[in-house]
Amino acid sequence: MTKKEDELTWKDLEIGAVITEPGNASQYRTGDWRTQKPVHDFSRCIKCGLCMIYCPEACRFQNKEGYFEADLFYCKGCGICYRECPTMVITMEEE
Amino acid sequence: MAQRVGMEVSVAIGEIVKLANTDVVSAYPITPQTHIVEHLAELVADGELDAEYIPVESEHSAMSACLGSAATGARTFTATAGQGLELMHEVLYVASSMRLPIVMTVANRALSSPLSVWSDHSDAMACRDTGWIQIFVENGQEAVDNTLCAFRIAEDNNVLLPVMIHLDGFHVSHVIEPILLPEQSQVDAFLPKNNYPLPLDTDKPVAMGDFGPPVIYTEAKWAQEVNLRKSKETILKVWQEFGKSFSRYYKPVECYRCEDADTLLLTMGSYSETAMTTIDKMRGEGKKIGLIRIRLWRPFPFEEFRQAVKDIKTLIVLDRAISFGGPGGPVCSEIRSALYSQNNRPEIVSFIGGLGGRDITVAGFEEIINSGMEIAETGSDNEFEIFGVRE
Ligand code: SF4
Ligand code: SF4
Repeated sequence: MTKKEDELTWKDLEIGAVITEPGNASQYRTGDWRTQKPVHDFSRCIKCGLCMIYCPEACRFQNKEGYFEADLFYCKGCGICYRECPTMVITMEEE
Repeated sequence: MAQRVGMEVSVAIGEIVKLANTDVVSAYPITPQTHIVEHLAELVADGELDAEYIPVESEHSAMSACLGSAATGARTFTATAGQGLELMHEVLYVASSMRLPIVMTVANRALSSPLSVWSDHSDAMACRDTGWIQIFVENGQEAVDNTLCAFRIAEDNNVLLPVMIHLDGFHVSHVIEPILLPEQSQVDAFLPKNNYPLPLDTDKPVAMGDFGPPVIYTEAKWAQEVNLRKSKETILKVWQEFGKSFSRYYKPVECYRCEDADTLLLTMGSYSETAMTTIDKMRGEGKKIGLIRIRLWRPFPFEEFRQAVKDIKTLIVLDRAISFGGPGGPVCSEIRSALYSQNNRPEIVSFIGGLGGRDITVAGFEEIINSGMEIAETGSDNEFEIFGVRE
């Protein structure tokens, strides 16, 4: 699919809205459900990866320095990473 | 040449489904549809029809099996009636929105309770928003012809929609009529192979009936609506070509003695044939009365309908279903809204009758027409008139 989902017109859909491209759920922006987002103070981070393991969206990725950030395209703002982080790196901030 | 043979209409429908080389039949027996699926089961068991017959435990499963079958590109048929159609209800929407060309005979039956196996149109009308093409027939020959047409309409790649053929339970399904069945070669020439464009195929996998978040649902529904409205072009073309091949022509709105009429009665289904006799009688008495029947209920033939009633003074509509607590019969309320925007619209009088198999005789139709004409003059405070109820 060359167009983003919010650019697709009704004429772009396959008959019966059949999906012909595998994995296109990755284009689904779950991030727009969010009312809060995680913000990080990585000075306390021990890189244990618990936040990544517990994230229900599997949207936490390791950056170049090895810290775990949230991909805000998918992050639903559930706050589980904030709850699970043993060193309180994460705080939830209103959008 | 095809021979005219006396047979039960249900059996004739089974025969035309066989002639159409149907690949899959999945159905659950329910009165008054039973003889259709029984006959098909026999044909498959006797090896006369090389099809997969899937017996199921309910109509919900029957329609679900039809989804899977049609999705593989197999020619798929089922039949039901009344409560069975209601049990399928949620799956009907899936069939149309997934654009699966399934053909289904509905032997129209009243809905419980009280339990009734007899005919009216309450089951058919409850399906009017499901996105299926709905065609009403009046007798056995029309049922056979339109079942054949239904496969071609449904599977046309410009359509790809499921089609219901509505025939009145018992009054059509169980009568023995002279039926002209086509030859196999004629059917083969008329009905091309099913060529479903995006079938389930392990070499080219697709996902069907998937999740549609708010960002795409409106587009999906609009695509469906545009397609159903546009299907009328193909329906007209298929009926035209059927006429050329078999010399029997079908139209979305059928007129009977409508020329120079100032009053028209509107009916759907088998009671139209009795109504014609009444029209003949009243025409004989010099009254300018005609009959119109809506054959194509979905997509609704707005253009043809408006054209058919543009010069008349009074339109008397008979519904065989009640929209409880609503504006009257479902057919009449749609007709009122179809005509509201028109400058020269007739007086419209709404009658509901023929519920749960209650007969309307020739004299009964005469009474409906006469009191309809009177109400058109004097007006009425009622949303609709109920015909034949004992006070
Ligand atoms: S807030 Fe929830 S969704 Fe977002 S990164 Fe944390 S755990 Fe994942
Ligand atoms: S859970 Fe906390 S400490 Fe562990 S990697 Fe995530 S942010 Fe760092």
